[in-house]
Amino acid sequence: MYDKEHLKRIEEALQQWQAQLENDLRKFPERKEKFLSSSGYEFKRCYTPLDVAGMDYLRDLNMPGEYPYTRGVQRTMYRGRLWTMRQYAGFGTAEETNKRFKYLLQQGQTGLSVAFDLPTQIGYDSDHPLAEGEVGRVGVAVDSLRDIEILFDGIPLKDVSTSMTINSTAVILLSMYAVTAQKQGAELEELRGTIQNDILKEYIARGTYIFPPEPSMKIVTDIFEFCAKHMPKWNTISISGYHIREAGANAVQELAFTFGDAIAYVEAAIKAGLDPNVFGRQLSFFFAAHNNFLEEIAKFRAARRIWAKIMKERFNVSNPEALRLRFHTQTAGSTLTAQQPLNNIVRVAIQALAAVLGGTQSLHTNSYDEALGLPTEQSVQVALRTQQIIAYESGVADIVDPLAGSFAIEALTNQIEEKVWEYLEKIDSLGGMVRAIELGYVQKEIHKSAYEQQLAIEKGEQIVVGVNAFQVSEEKPIENILKVDPTLEEKQKEALRQLKKERDNNAVANALKELKQAAQEGRNIVPYVFEAVKCYATLGEISDVLREVYGEYTESTAI
Amino acid sequence: MKKYRILIAKPGLDGHDRGAKVVAHALRDAGFEVIYTGLRQTPEQIVKTAIQEDVDLIGLSILSGAHLQLSKKVIDLMKKEGIGHVPVFVGGIIPPDDVPKLLEIGVCRVFGPGTPLSRIVQEVKEVLEGVTSASGS
Repeated sequence: MYDKEHLKRIEEALQQWQAQLENDLRKFPERKEKFLSSSGYEFKRCYTPLDVAGMDYLRDLNMPGEYPYTRGVQRTMYRGRLWTMRQYAGFGTAEETNKRFKYLLQQGQTGLSVAFDLPTQIGYDSDHPLAEGEVGRVGVAVDSLRDIEILFDGIPLKDVSTSMTINSTAVILLSMYAVTAQKQGAELEELRGTIQNDILKEYIARGTYIFPPEPSMKIVTDIFEFCAKHMPKWNTISISGYHIREAGANAVQELAFTFGDAIAYVEAAIKAGLDPNVFGRQLSFFFAAHNNFLEEIAKFRAARRIWAKIMKERFNVSNPEALRLRFHTQTAGSTLTAQQPLNNIVRVAIQALAAVLGGTQSLHTNSYDEALGLPTEQSVQVALRTQQIIAYESGVADIVDPLAGSFAIEALTNQIEEKVWEYLEKIDSLGGMVRAIELGYVQKEIHKSAYEQQLAIEKGEQIVVGVNAFQVSEEKPIENILKVDPTLEEKQKEALRQLKKERDNNAVANALKELKQAAQEGRNIVPYVFEAVKCYATLGEISDVLREVYGEYTESTAI
Repeated sequence: MKKYRILIAKPGLDGHDRGAKVVAHALRDAGFEVIYTGLRQTPEQIVKTAIQEDVDLIGLSILSGAHLQLSKKVIDLMKKEGIGHVPVFVGGIIPPDDVPKLLEIGVCRVFGPGTPLSRIVQEVKEVLEGVTSASGS
């Protein structure tokens, strides 16, 4: 981008400047000896054209909406349409969550995002002994189609886009959602939304797996195949770096392990006979936005470029729609502090701004009280308002990729990309991501990072305002922490007993028998799960059938 | 000095074990012998492991909001199995209101988000060496 003569002059100027700097540094030493990014590489004092001298604008950045999509996946980005403001919500019963959804839609939220409780995520009905104490706690409890019908009562599913954070039981929840929409009169082809359906990251970061990796991958590709045919507007997976980051990974590891997982899904789907030019359009991603503002912006830009290259160079994809990395972002729950919780509003704003400057398609902003409990109506409103202020008042949405060309941003983007490729090579050398997970390599890398970060906080190398600096002696307790109704577990169990009395139990038994046979014979299980769901077979019953066929996974617990 | 054995356990269904692993690592670095149970342990499994491994202290990590039920179950079961004297601490996302309730159940310490590792190590030493009473502070 620069001619050699010009670069030489800059080099000379830089050397001169550095010589003079020595004096300044003697008089005014810098705050730290080294300024490190979250990924452990050193930030330079300042960046110049020399740091991006090898960059070719058309090859490395190009225009927004053009390969390699560094500057964004659409030509007009937020000038045309703002990102989807999607607050993750769900607690207690379907009735309560339905009320919260309607509240959020009324407040200007533009997409729904459902949090399910742990029993639902792990395939247990609310009356299972292991579900005790967990029903409706971290999300809504769903036992059968009836709960989903109540959850979306009065919300026309053909008009909203719904994201569901569900993985090992994704096939069941997707079926319940689709059947509910059909009952409302919607066609499968018009349904828009996302299921997380990213099982590999469950083994390394989030823990809500049921089956071993291999049958889990089979279910994932069954869903790809079904949706490619019947639900073309549905994102069949949201390949998630968010949880990997929350488990302690740094920014580089977040991208590397997410793409490692993504490569495994694409390979599995190709092996199952699917065309990446087709199913590739329905892949979406989910990343975290952390505090290190500039590194995070660079991370998102690098992510788009890396994914486009993986799809094009590794999988020979030519369809532009299958080359574009589209992603949802959530601000980082693990950065929120229980100490001086109002400070979290500021953290969330910085992180959300990084996501927007990084070109996200959809955003969840965390609520300030999340280190204490589930968000209240007030705290979730402030979180949503944060997005609206960025969208409508800050002006950053009016220019596409406004930080492009910043020497620092471009240098960091290049640096992150380079380090991610190194990790991907390492994963390949271990035999791919599934193998790397089985070996415990990924888990160990993440744990090492988590521990190092905690030690940096302990030693005061990393300041956390209100925790290891600027503490107050008397914390004023925060009021109105949301309490989940302790009687809801009993209510949910009672509703389940009632359901089992009222439904056609013969039809349930038949549907489950057919599902079992299909699973044993390796057929695509999605249509069979649809049928089971339709006659109100429960989530636990369907999961048990699949447990019988596929077996259960237990982790190795080395730390 | 006796080499104390500590069991770090994750009862319930929650799979977020970053905190549990970091605390286990820090306690090990501080010279303790640490056993980590892994995810999704029932109270029965935890108490059984505690007996088999003859541990001196149990740490429970709970982030799902089920801390009151799960802690009570573990402690009741410990009493029944004759290891009621083994102190139990709890870490995780615990609303301040619930801290006295946990202490009442018989938990000796509650470590919320942002607790320095050095403090956890220090308090664990105090509990184990009986510097302070094991009934909470």
